[in-house]
Amino acid sequence: MSAFEYAPAPESRAVVSIEPEYGLFINGKFVKGKKHFPSINPATGEKLSNITQASNADVDKAVLAARSAYQKTWSKMAPAQRAKYLYRIARILQERAREFAVLETLDNGKPIRESRDVDVPLAAAHFFYHAGWADKLQHAGFGSAPKPHGVVGQIIPWNFPLLMLAWKIAPALATGNTVVLKPAESTSLTALLFAQVCQQAELPAGVVNIVTGDGAVGAALVNHPGIDKIAFTGSTDVGKIIARSVAHSGKSLTLELGGKGANIVFEDAAIDEAVEGIVNGIFFNQGHVCCAGSRLLIQEGIHDEVVGKLKVRMAKIRVGDPMDKNTDLGAINSAEQLMKINELVDYGKKEGGEIWSPQCTLPSKGFWFAPTIFSGVTQAHRIAREEIFGPVLSILTFRTPQEAIEKANNTPFGLSAGIWSEKGSRTLWASNQLKAGVIWANTFNKFDPASPFGGYKESGWGREGGRHGLGSYIKGGDHE
Amino acid sequence: MSNRIDVRKTYKLFINGQFPRSESGRVYEITSAGNFLANPAQASRKDLRDAVTAARAAQSGWAKATAYNRGQILYRIAEMLEGRASQFVDEICAVEKLTPTKAKAEVEQAIDSWVWHAGWADKIASVFGATNPVSGPYFNFTIPEPVGVVGIFAPEKQSLLGLVNSLAPVMLSGNTAVLVASQSAPLTAITFSEVLATSDLPAGVCNILTGLKDELSPWMASHMDVDAMDISGIAKKNQAQLREAGADNLKRIFAFSDKQSVARISAFLEAKTVWHTIGV
Repeated sequence: MSAFEYAPAPESRAVVSIEPEYGLFINGKFVKGKKHFPSINPATGEKLSNITQASNADVDKAVLAARSAYQKTWSKMAPAQRAKYLYRIARILQERAREFAVLETLDNGKPIRESRDVDVPLAAAHFFYHAGWADKLQHAGFGSAPKPHGVVGQIIPWNFPLLMLAWKIAPALATGNTVVLKPAESTSLTALLFAQVCQQAELPAGVVNIVTGDGAVGAALVNHPGIDKIAFTGSTDVGKIIARSVAHSGKSLTLELGGKGANIVFEDAAIDEAVEGIVNGIFFNQGHVCCAGSRLLIQEGIHDEVVGKLKVRMAKIRVGDPMDKNTDLGAINSAEQLMKINELVDYGKKEGGEIWSPQCTLPSKGFWFAPTIFSGVTQAHRIAREEIFGPVLSILTFRTPQEAIEKANNTPFGLSAGIWSEKGSRTLWASNQLKAGVIWANTFNKFDPASPFGGYKESGWGREGGRHGLGSYIKGGDHE
Repeated sequence: MSNRIDVRKTYKLFINGQFPRSESGRVYEITSAGNFLANPAQASRKDLRDAVTAARAAQSGWAKATAYNRGQILYRIAEMLEGRASQFVDEICAVEKLTPTKAKAEVEQAIDSWVWHAGWADKIASVFGATNPVSGPYFNFTIPEPVGVVGIFAPEKQSLLGLVNSLAPVMLSGNTAVLVASQSAPLTAITFSEVLATSDLPAGVCNILTGLKDELSPWMASHMDVDAMDISGIAKKNQAQLREAGADNLKRIFAFSDKQSVARISAFLEAKTVWHTIGV
């Protein structure tokens, strides 16, 4: 079956102006850097700009600026006034939404439909939501006089660059902390544009500082004695390294790490809806999602029907130019990530999984991976245990609800899970049994600033969003 | 009367509802004013692993019990504690050199604290849970769940009160525990386990070890099936290395300054958020 033909509908990139070179954002100003590295468009390989590799001295300056802003300005400001800056930021993000969406898609490779409809509006919503908390923290359940940590170091990943920035900065500022944030090496541009938003909002200098660069900059933040708390989103491996480093310093730490989410389809599910949910669960954002539904568990009796319909649906996924408004699946974020996906997919084949992808023509430039499923996967296979972080789904089966739960929980991760069933009591039963921080019943990959997000077990420490997420930025909020 | 020879108690471990000696055959001596008091077990790594296995096996059942049921069992423990009060007073006087008046005060405080905690079992979901107003046709709620198996190092001083204030907040929400007693004053912990054994508490929900903290704590911290630890009873200088070892499976590790606090309850909870679709 061939895909429905669509005429190209490219979004214009005229709305963004990318500078040839970016410095660091320290103490309210852009500071020229000495060493640079290129940021490229993963869909074309085109170089977008040169980004500064921050030095240890730059990190020192940023931390000092954050400390000074914390002591002199931000901790002294009435919470209601602090709130207004967050409201301003939310509004400016809404006003410049198109610009952010286009820039995000150029830098990250995700479809413009997703950056426009998900990343940017949710980022604005996060600031709007947390703005309202700033002067109500005494009612949030963390005591009558909750205190911020002080200076917070934040390290974010490349899969949702602006949205992860919002998840980090909005609650940190609302609770009265100041911030030094490091975006991911391959996706710094929207963070640097966000620095301009801080300037437009006239946020006091030093409250938000942005230092760009590779893992060495992240390590400098983690080990910096002037930082009181670290918040990290990224891989479980790096999360453990950070946890070991922080063990000796007494810094507070929250972690949002990897996952291997189970998406469970019971035989009484609405099959067509479930198929949409499976596609959304694994192919949203090219599968670069820590909470992706990357392990599909189908009850045996409906396996062939579900997989058959899934293949028909996957044949309609439009892979290609992320700037095209019709595109469903964009580019893989980097050559490095593409290599990791290929490595695990090779293991999947070697270990006996049956691989299938729809016919699709991938662009000749940039980094691409076709939507892929493996059937006949067992729990012992690497592709059932390790996070692939790409558009690759592993399909397993189960006979009884108990077996589904056992298989779903048989992982050191515990971030997300999905349940598909038309029986309300069954979805509630399953959500009780699943060891995961976020559970979607008859939906998947939904996010909201009011909804706490975070994992059990090796998927992390703490929550982001909702009342619970505030605890990550309040002294002792994780336990006392 | 005075020439009657006492029947002494053998102080053993408490694992999976039973009272085994250490599989290693090791004991260490507890004395009072130079006189022999007891030879409690010096638990081995194997004992610790057995205790974790028992705690893991008991965890889902304990968590599934209704909060009201857990509250009743916890309250039953307080009733049993009250009946044993004088025995605890005697042990505290002998080992911790407290005056009977002070020992009695500590025991009473410990029992009252246990009652306070028992009452929390069916309140935590209301206090730490939430319904969240998300933008869309979803009923979205967050419920607190127990983190799983928790390793506890009870404080060295105030052996009974310290034990109560570290164990009760862990157990009440549905966690199961492996508790290492005060090393220098372990007798009250073993007597406490006799209370647990007669309180309808399912086997394995609480396991109590006696022994050397320096030996047991790295084993606990590196155990991949322990989800969280309360290391309040570990000397500050030794805490960092345990946190580092615990990072292998990202254990949630806490040390508390407060004796009795709500924070000690909330620290051992995980927030689970569930999205349900709304539609006709």
